[in-house]
Amino acid sequence: MSLKQMINIALPKGRLGEKAYRVFEAAGYECPSIREENRKLIFENEEKGIRYFWVKPSDVVIYVERGAADIGIAGKDIILEYSPDIYELADLGMGKCRMAVACKRDFCDNRDKTLRVATKFPNIAKKYYNSQSREIDIIKLNGSIELAPILGLSDVIVDIVETGKTLYENDLEPRETIVDISARLVANKVSYKFKNAEITAMCERISEQIKKN
Amino acid sequence: MSVSFTALKNDEKAVFSLRELYSRYGYVRHKVSKFEEYDLYARNKSFLISENILTFTDTDGRLMALKPDVTLSIIKNIGNDDTQTHKLYYNENVYRTSAGADGFREIMQTGLECVGRIDLCAVCEVITLAKKSLELISENSILDISHMGFVAGLMENIGIEGIDADSLLDFIEHKNLSAIKAFCAERAISEADARAICDITALYAPMGEALEAVRDIVRGKKMKAAYDELCGIYGVLSACGNADGIYVDFSTVNDMNYYNGVTFKGFVRGIPDGILSGGSYDSLMKKMGKRAGAIGFAVYLDMLERLDFESEKYDVDTLLLYESGSDMAQVARAAESLRGEGRTVRCELCAPNGIRYRQLLKFSEGGVSVLETND
Repeated sequence: MSLKQMINIALPKGRLGEKAYRVFEAAGYECPSIREENRKLIFENEEKGIRYFWVKPSDVVIYVERGAADIGIAGKDIILEYSPDIYELADLGMGKCRMAVACKRDFCDNRDKTLRVATKFPNIAKKYYNSQSREIDIIKLNGSIELAPILGLSDVIVDIVETGKTLYENDLEPRETIVDISARLVANKVSYKFKNAEITAMCERISEQIKKN
Repeated sequence: MSVSFTALKNDEKAVFSLRELYSRYGYVRHKVSKFEEYDLYARNKSFLISENILTFTDTDGRLMALKPDVTLSIIKNIGNDDTQTHKLYYNENVYRTSAGADGFREIMQTGLECVGRIDLCAVCEVITLAKKSLELISENSILDISHMGFVAGLMENIGIEGIDADSLLDFIEHKNLSAIKAFCAERAISEADARAICDITALYAPMGEALEAVRDIVRGKKMKAAYDELCGIYGVLSACGNADGIYVDFSTVNDMNYYNGVTFKGFVRGIPDGILSGGSYDSLMKKMGKRAGAIGFAVYLDMLERLDFESEKYDVDTLLLYESGSDMAQVARAAESLRGEGRTVRCELCAPNGIRYRQLLKFSEGGVSVLETND
């Protein structure tokens, strides 16, 4: 089978990706070599016509949009932040969390001032505050967002909140929910057309599996 | 002058074959100037693929733009009356930014416009040409067809408008069924209506099969008109044997301010984005104060370079090395005779760095000897 005939699947490195792979496995798209401990980057099951690879979670949509992957698993947060031109075929209902505005417990919002917002998701934050006609100053950070309000770098943060434990332990609290997040099955638009039968079948089997869980 | 097709790159080949194709259907070449008054684009910004426009001030102080699009320049001057039909094609460089690229790029674009009285015959002709254009570029191609009135008609019938319509269109465009279901549940849209929206979003099938599948969903005047038009088109296309490889995908949504009737998009295997896009744009004509109807499409030739896998393996078939003391007339004759066999031949004193050749030959007084063969 030639390289192009296979379905290429980009999985996000980490817990979510492993969980998602288990769903693919249960749906009949197993690839035993993925469980072997080695430094390989690509795993394939020629008989099933599938090929998996692990990529950085925020890169999944790039692989899919540019067609290097036909299918991918991406968080809704990443999709909203990068607005890729791809199909969002199913909500996997896993990796559930929410995008929220959080701040110090004693913070009192003063609408008189420009709000300083620290975040890893500048586009989501801008869109949210735009819809409220609020002037903001975006501070783009790449990690440890919770530090920003504690050190006075920002007034609030826009970040993913799962249980809120990290926030509470650092004297912070979530104030507003912007949007609920979960993992999505995404597909390249052109692959969807040329490999339609395979992708549609896969999507159906994955959705069935999700319902079972 | 005859040109060997093998020496041409994919986009150059496409330009020649498309030109020939369009002429065969009686379309005439239309040339437009490189610059256009900026105002034309400022008024129709969302019609353009990217809103960035390269501008400069002309000697008389007018703000000018390097063309980001050809259609607007063409219809600016024609289409005032709907009794005459213009059939034109163009091959022009346009200047615009593209996703991911840093800054402006010069992009070669070929396209075709049919302006005037647009009837079923004209629509089918343009769709046929779109399909044949794709077939000339790759043997593995798909043309997706949709109708603006179909989706818009369904939404009107259900009573979705304004911002709601925009967000629903966005979900449809991404085939995001879970978002559509949540959207319908929030607005207490009936289950049957919600299912209708989901069905047309998920639909992707060959044209005949798809039209059969959506027959029962059709409701309201606008949707019915769109459906009938699609059926009419299918009738003509299939009668001429041109319906194979045409799929219906209602999630292909173009800007409703410009496009109104049938729209289509073309894809070839190996390029992860559409390479052809078009549709009927009577609404744009009306916006520009024209009475005539119009339909057309553009082929984005810049993407075709991605298809060049095979031809780039070698820079030259034969690298012929000679010595500074060699008889140059004999060297030239040897090279010419090799070229006569149909090979590409480069003569050098010593092999240039990094050159990829199929065969390395050495010229000496005794004749030509083979030093290395790579194939």
